[in-house]
Amino acid sequence: MASSSKLPQSAYNPRRHVGVHAEWISDVSSTDYPGHYPHEDHSWDLEKFKQNLQVKVQRLSQRSIEFDLVGVDASIANAFRRILIAEVPTVAIEHVYVWNNTSVIQDEVLAHRIGLVPLNVDPSMVEWRKNAPGFEGQPNDRNTLVFRLPISCERIGGNKKNATGTQQLKNEYVKSGDLVWQPQGEQVSVFESCPPGPTNKDIVLAKLRPGQEIDMELHAIKGVGKDHAKWSPVATASYRLHPLIILNPEKPVPPHLAQKFAKCFSPGVVTVDEDGEVSIDEKNMRQDSVSREVLRHKEFEGCVQLKRIRDWFIFNVESEGPYAPERLFLESILVMRQKIATIKDAAEGLMRGEDEPVPEAAADGDVEMTET
Amino acid sequence: MNSAPVANGSNPGGAYNNQAARQDMEYLCADCGAKNEIRSREPIRCRECGHRIMYKKRTKRMVQFEAR
Repeated sequence: MASSSKLPQSAYNPRRHVGVHAEWISDVSSTDYPGHYPHEDHSWDLEKFKQNLQVKVQRLSQRSIEFDLVGVDASIANAFRRILIAEVPTVAIEHVYVWNNTSVIQDEVLAHRIGLVPLNVDPSMVEWRKNAPGFEGQPNDRNTLVFRLPISCERIGGNKKNATGTQQLKNEYVKSGDLVWQPQGEQVSVFESCPPGPTNKDIVLAKLRPGQEIDMELHAIKGVGKDHAKWSPVATASYRLHPLIILNPEKPVPPHLAQKFAKCFSPGVVTVDEDGEVSIDEKNMRQDSVSREVLRHKEFEGCVQLKRIRDWFIFNVESEGPYAPERLFLESILVMRQKIATIKDAAEGLMRGEDEPVPEAAADGDVEMTET
Repeated sequence: MNSAPVANGSNPGGAYNNQAARQDMEYLCADCGAKNEIRSREPIRCRECGHRIMYKKRTKRMVQFEAR
């Protein structure tokens, strides 16, 4: 089953390759910077960058996306990965006011669990609480969403037992769907099209027995994942380098060992024809785990080279929360651009000789850059 | 909760001169879980099962937590 989709010829440029050997890896660092190759111009050029840059969605589902980011340095790809995890804002429950909780789960543990529930609120609809004009840190209807959790467990139909000898209980499980949104001020009209609530209504928060009750008020605010993981919009955001398997034409795999050779790779990567001749399926090559199994066998020595393409990043992003998976990467670019804009402003300020006060580092070591 | 006990003839107990404090408290039976109102100087005994251990209910005051 030969594949129709071929890798571009440039993928075989050895300068782009990271070598994968039995016990080490080689050529890890990129070499396309000025001065590395004599008499070659590797100065950064926007036109050249545009030509090489490629973003292609490979798989998209309701909750996850796999896409290729080709032609950037690892530092850029990694920056986007980290921004996806830690700096794309979402809305999550932060303050919990407990009026009553007679269940077996402790107040603070329950509060923590409730905080982790992903909410279906578009973060662009909610302001930062620290930015409230004149009332920094004060809650108002633009930066806070209020939920109530009033629930008590009781027996349905008195003490009767049903055929299986168990009692029917109402509200035996407290689930995320039991959160009741309480619109404040202008929120009734603002959130009319999409009333705030959990993205998944079946998350068990606590279990109750008859007579036990929970009554709490919950305040959700906007935040970022570097503050607390509950504000991370992704379940996972990771990348790997595109695998590359190059057969050696000088030393073909012996036909009687073809099946053994194929089993050294992930299923579908190596195809064997009826004459026992092996070939690599270029479309399925990206699925290879690069387990290096083939390098353990003496008989395949010199038959094949295992590599990865240094600037070909296969991103896998799972969305958890309000963002559609295809929107997440765009949001991370937005955050990145804001960071660059503030740095650019600061650098230009330095050039103009403006003496700006140095921002003080917060407790977590982060320095908040403010726009001038 | 109570103001300092004032000794006077009309209230020989002294400590319970505050009207709010004399309000009936609801307790939960440790054995059967039934609600019981217990007045002062009344025997501490469950009306349902006769058990003599009672639990006080949780405070109705609000407690604040950070969901972290």
